[in-house]
Amino acid sequence: MCLAIPSKVLKVDENNMAEVDTLGVKRTVSLDLIQEEVKPGDYVLIHVGYAMSKIDEKFALESIEVYKQLAEAAAMEEDAISPEKLVNEDGPLLYKPKAEDE
Amino acid sequence: MSNLTLKDLYTKFRDPATIKALAKEIHKLADKLDEPMRVMEICGGHTHTIMKYGIKQLMPENIEFIHGPGCPVCVMPKERIDHAITLAKQPGVILTTLGDMIRVPGSKSSLAKTRADGYDIRPLHSTFDVLNIAKKNPDKKVIFFAIGFETTTPMTAALMKRAFNEGIKNIYYHINHVLTPPPMRAIMDSGEARINAFIAPSHVSVIIGAKSYQFLVDEYNTPVVVAGFEPVDVMESILMLVKQKLQNYPRVENQYKRAATWDGNVLAQQMTEEFMEIRDTFRWRGLGDIPKSALKLKDKYAQFDAEKIYANVLPNEHIDDHKLCICGKILKGLAKPTDCKVFGTACTPSSPLGSCMVSDEGACNAYYRYAR
Repeated sequence: MCLAIPSKVLKVDENNMAEVDTLGVKRTVSLDLIQEEVKPGDYVLIHVGYAMSKIDEKFALESIEVYKQLAEAAAMEEDAISPEKLVNEDGPLLYKPKAEDE
Repeated sequence: MSNLTLKDLYTKFRDPATIKALAKEIHKLADKLDEPMRVMEICGGHTHTIMKYGIKQLMPENIEFIHGPGCPVCVMPKERIDHAITLAKQPGVILTTLGDMIRVPGSKSSLAKTRADGYDIRPLHSTFDVLNIAKKNPDKKVIFFAIGFETTTPMTAALMKRAFNEGIKNIYYHINHVLTPPPMRAIMDSGEARINAFIAPSHVSVIIGAKSYQFLVDEYNTPVVVAGFEPVDVMESILMLVKQKLQNYPRVENQYKRAATWDGNVLAQQMTEEFMEIRDTFRWRGLGDIPKSALKLKDKYAQFDAEKIYANVLPNEHIDDHKLCICGKILKGLAKPTDCKVFGTACTPSSPLGSCMVSDEGACNAYYRYAR
């Protein structure tokens, strides 16, 4: 219910609607809840037919950089947690885009 | 030219190596905690992430998850579902509502069964679609049965605004929008769940802002981290909570900076305030009556308020849950789904006895799918 999906803006029209791409799925959403300007190439969060906020690229990239360094540092250490723990019933915790990510 | 791809926004926040590294950090620091950390994730989406990615199993023994009431379908009392069913049966009505609501059992039936009986009930993926349905059916009354926490409320307001601007007169609203902070307060005040840390919801916070949880710090001395939806987000948030505990400096932190801010989406807040106001009280399934915990339409929109227009046909008796269902205890963090006698036997996602099993966001549903 409160799942909102990151999507990329492709087009914005004069009716305050945007065409967005969600990992290959195209849809049209309303921009009626966004105060700032939205333009093609922006990332937005989509929820029940509306963009609910823009995604701040600077913060996203900062997080990703921190994670990269963290993962590299951990890989250097030897006493890693056993890989079995990173597996649940569905198999390894690897990202596979599935319909349920929609 | 941006350095960020759409795929990054998914994969980087689900990266197994990052999850592993964060787990290591958490284990290292949690060793130093002087009491176990009982962390409540309020949002059903977080519960789902925790179960799906095996985050529970990655935690040290002294960190326990308490699953909270943040599942709008789960907390909807049966009498409100009966309202939806009754409205759908009124002459000339098309009843619209968001997805999950369709399968939830009311006192005797569900919207899905009512739909099979031939009534016009339409599950929506998008609130915006109500406009198109109303335009295509000008001779019908299109009722929007509105459910959801603060994430979903502004979309109902935006729909109203557009409908009025476009002069569409045949949309009516039955508002069941609920608020997040009041049940958090109710759970803390009851003192039963002994929670000493909070993971605050992602998308509720995008709308209402991280500032909305400051009361948990000021009044209950409890650390709060606003967390994103992905497994890496949840892991990082746990690490942040452990650090707050070790520093003995509880505060509201925002791990989900890429989408949530301190003040939230002010336009969405204003739009909601334009059309809705706080109800004196609302009965939550499993939690009972919580004062000022839900919204209703303002009086000036009474002519579009299905609750008022159909007041004489809508049932209002309180209906209790199935005797064997412990959903109420689960929503308060007092029991785990596996404590329930009928979990996975008489109660499954395909034939749910209680609401925690119906919705994808319900704790029982998540346990059934990922932890049996």
